Amino acid sequence: MKSLRFAAIASLLFLASCKAVVLSPSGDIAAQQRDLLLLSTGLMLLIIVPVMALVVFFAWKYRASNREAEYDPEWHHSTRLELVIWSAPLLIIICLGALTWVGTHLLDPYRKLDRISADKAIEAEYTPLRVQVVSMDWKWLFIYPEYGFATVNELAAPVDRPIEFSLTSTSVMNAFYIPAMAGMIYSMPAMETKLNGVFNNEGVYDGFSSHYSGHGFSGMRFKAHALDQAGFDQWVADVRASDAALDRAEYLELEKPSEHVPPTRFGTVDADLYHAILNFCVESGKMCMDEMMALDRQGGMGIAGIMNVTALTHDKYARRGTVLGNAPITVDAFCTVLDSERMYGAAETEVVHPKAATPIRGHALAQPAMSLTPTFTLLRTPRGAEAL
Amino acid sequence: MTLTEFIFGRLDWNAIPYDPIVQLTFVAVALGGIALVGALTYFKLWGYLWNEWFTSVDHKKIGIMYMILGLVMLLRGFADAIMMRVQQAIAFNGSEGYLNAHHYDQIFTAHGVIMIFFVAMPWVTGLMNYVVPLQIGARDVSFPFLNNFSFWMTAGGAIITMISLFIGEYGQTGWLAFPPLSGIGASPYVGVDYYIWGLQVAGVGTTLSGINLLVTIIKMRAPGMTMMKMPIFTWTSLCTNVLIVASFPVLTVVLVLLSLDRYVGTNFFTNDLGGNPMMYVNLIWIWGHPEVYILILPLFGVFSEVVSTFTGKRLFGYTSMVYATVVITVLSYLVWLHHFFTMGSGASVNSFFGITTMIISIPTGAKIFNWLFTMYKGRIRFELPMMWTVAFMLTFTVGGMTGVLLAVPPADFVLHNSLFLIAHFHNVIIGGVVFGLFAAINFWWPKAFGFKLDPFWGKVSFWGWVVGFWVAFTPLYVLGLMGVTRRLRTFDDPSLQIWFQIAAVGAGIIAIGIGAFLIQIAVSIWKRDQLRDFTGDPWGGRTLEWATSSPPPDYNFAFTPVAHDVDAWHDMKARNYQRPTAGFAEIHMPRGTGAGVILSALAVICGFALVWYIWWLAALSFIGIVGYAIYHTFDNDRDYYIPVDEVIETERKREAQLASLKA
Repeated sequence: MKSLRFAAIASLLFLASCKAVVLSPSGDIAAQQRDLLLLSTGLMLLIIVPVMALVVFFAWKYRASNREAEYDPEWHHSTRLELVIWSAPLLIIICLGALTWVGTHLLDPYRKLDRISADKAIEAEYTPLRVQVVSMDWKWLFIYPEYGFATVNELAAPVDRPIEFSLTSTSVMNAFYIPAMAGMIYSMPAMETKLNGVFNNEGVYDGFSSHYSGHGFSGMRFKAHALDQAGFDQWVADVRASDAALDRAEYLELEKPSEHVPPTRFGTVDADLYHAILNFCVESGKMCMDEMMALDRQGGMGIAGIMNVTALTHDKYARRGTVLGNAPITVDAFCTVLDSERMYGAAETEVVHPKAATPIRGHALAQPAMSLTPTFTLLRTPRGAEAL
Repeated sequence: MTLTEFIFGRLDWNAIPYDPIVQLTFVAVALGGIALVGALTYFKLWGYLWNEWFTSVDHKKIGIMYMILGLVMLLRGFADAIMMRVQQAIAFNGSEGYLNAHHYDQIFTAHGVIMIFFVAMPWVTGLMNYVVPLQIGARDVSFPFLNNFSFWMTAGGAIITMISLFIGEYGQTGWLAFPPLSGIGASPYVGVDYYIWGLQVAGVGTTLSGINLLVTIIKMRAPGMTMMKMPIFTWTSLCTNVLIVASFPVLTVVLVLLSLDRYVGTNFFTNDLGGNPMMYVNLIWIWGHPEVYILILPLFGVFSEVVSTFTGKRLFGYTSMVYATVVITVLSYLVWLHHFFTMGSGASVNSFFGITTMIISIPTGAKIFNWLFTMYKGRIRFELPMMWTVAFMLTFTVGGMTGVLLAVPPADFVLHNSLFLIAHFHNVIIGGVVFGLFAAINFWWPKAFGFKLDPFWGKVSFWGWVVGFWVAFTPLYVLGLMGVTRRLRTFDDPSLQIWFQIAAVGAGIIAIGIGAFLIQIAVSIWKRDQLRDFTGDPWGGRTLEWATSSPPPDYNFAFTPVAHDVDAWHDMKARNYQRPTAGFAEIHMPRGTGAGVILSALAVICGFALVWYIWWLAALSFIGIVGYAIYHTFDNDRDYYIPVDEVIETERKREAQLASLKA
């Protein structure tokens, strides 16, 4: 037993010596994931090792040249053995299944952390560092809404402060992975995923995309700096000092494909940029997807919805029309985002739910209580949001 | 649209790759092709090939053609593997390696697609085609022409995929072509279209062949062979074909939806306008996971046959083996989400699919135990098939273990997309499917050709593969734990390089294994008279395929055998079965037809035209396919009778052969 443990530790050390970051991470989530990985492996070895040993032993013992060994060509059934060979794996899977159920729920990337590390508790009402992550062709954009700045291919966070990432993507799927901090999570266009994690040790760690996303994929790497509070404050000040501003126009420039992008800093960033990226409406004049969904939920725009589109000319760098299809289109916004801001101020837009969301018959009919006027207005609205 | 555009669509001179590696390959392939065609013409073999092979509806010949297709494509797929290994071994310290992203990304996509669809699938299908009818005592499959057509469609898909090497490009999306990357926006050129049409054409073949074998097993078993008396290989084939019939249509549909997005501007999987790429990911894995079991189940059957034959012992736990197979079949539909735990499903969903995945390991574990206890109290002869089986049992258990590990979602979060995952699935596919295929080839070769395969080169091949596998993939397990992920072309961290270099050496050792396998075949043909087997039963077989001569006559069995036991032939031998020597009758047989070749050729043309937007040609060839298929239904000259004299003559020769053995 001792020698077994020694062998296990030795092999771990060996792996650690070659920087097996998955086995020796610097963040509590990744450490717990590692623990579960090792525990599951141990559980399975309980059955794998005897089986492999038996294969070798039987192969050797019952070799044809060994005439000493018993030979029973008709022996082919044993209820007791059958019971063992079905129940032994079953028992292990029951243990592993329980472990999986609990582990999966506790380590759900969407779940808020319930400790900083094994020996450090967390405040009950903590505010995580919020980072909005956008995977682009082929670089990472990090927006720090708390601080109002953004960086490209450079991430920093204070040690022992929980981080909550919200992730989306501009054109294709990627997966956001800092092995030292926590497991990966996909970033997908027009969808949002979440990841909660924390760094426990200061250091500079590798982060990258782990899902193939096109030609520049190999260069989609960044450094994640885990700093002490003073270092982080300094870093914040440094980024803020940058003159560059990331507004919508700048963003559309940034969105164009580029490879091996060096770390870049933007001292200020548009407050609603992430929302616009996530909802595919950075270009002015395009209806945001959440607006569209809210509309659809209220019964849709009916026939007017068909009219309310514009030929899509610049959605993505290479978006071309399909050869047999219509020219690609986009749904027009009712008004530009600027107009919306002017009307509602900076206040968060309140989504107003109609009293009865169920359409009467067919999606195109308006609710009786609602006036038909907006529909007619829309029909008369000149095409293109700029005209508003 | 200019006239040139009308005639050639988007095909122009830019379609010829300027990459010197591809051009050299083209020259080599062209020269080889010319030499082959020249040789065939010189030796006047075209007629023979056409009449005896291409148009044959004999399940045995079709099975062999499938195996040849798989072997040829293995060389292509493996060349891709070597290129990837070399690139990853040298692309360090700022070096870009020798492959640019455009080329490298095509290579890993093509490697995956070719190895799964055009190596593993043809080999597995070929094996089932050859062995199943013999094992159930049938004369052919239920729909012999359909069988020929299926083969040619599979070959047609392979041809479309191969054309992409020299005209245009292949997809740069990974082997499952997830949108939005495979959408028209991110992949506007022909790569993904080649992918789609290659798989669609081959998919027709696979689905039809699945239906064919399914019906064959259900309807054409020898009298006495009830379901629970079917040989295990037939059982696993049955389950595999159930899976094929129930899952390949999903692949077809999902590829149709993707082509609609690409060709007519629908928005099933786009980011905009209500599309959702996650639907594609779900659908393709609903096909993709059963596909894994489609590949491995028949090989589980092979190992069962091999273990019981070479231990000279009845298979332990036949009934539990059958139930294990059926349970795996059903469960394989309930686990697809484990391929994307990391895409943001909730914890409960992830746990559910993680646990269902683990449950599959229970019947699989039971199978391993069954083989183990078949060896117990056996008398094991370590011929090549048995060597492959023991190597499988040791290798596959490790792959199974890492698989269950990946089924634990929190572990998957740190290992998904990593080289650990790559090592895992190569561990089960090489350790399970490939080892099984080599066991099967060594096992049934004497049945197909009447002589054994050379054991010396067989052993070289065996050790090359087994050692090569571990040297190539152990470093990948380690790299995965070091947080290195898949499909990377260049690396920053120089400390990783040594592991990639070891992996490249491993690939080189596997190359020795493949080379030795080719030599093994050549040497065996050369020395066939020394390796000759007249008994038809060189290994002391237990199932019906060993009851007939090697190679079997066109009609397989002059009289349909009657099965009284699971090991029907073993039972017949034990009861001193005597071959019937009189009372022969003429035998009703299906006639060969060239319709399969013609339809498949039209399908290849149609696929090529669709890839390049050559609409007139696509329309014409499509009309051609439908028209020719209808025309073929009026062809009533579909069968013939082997005259009784010929049967008597064949059986008399066989009798003389057996008599000479006794003397």
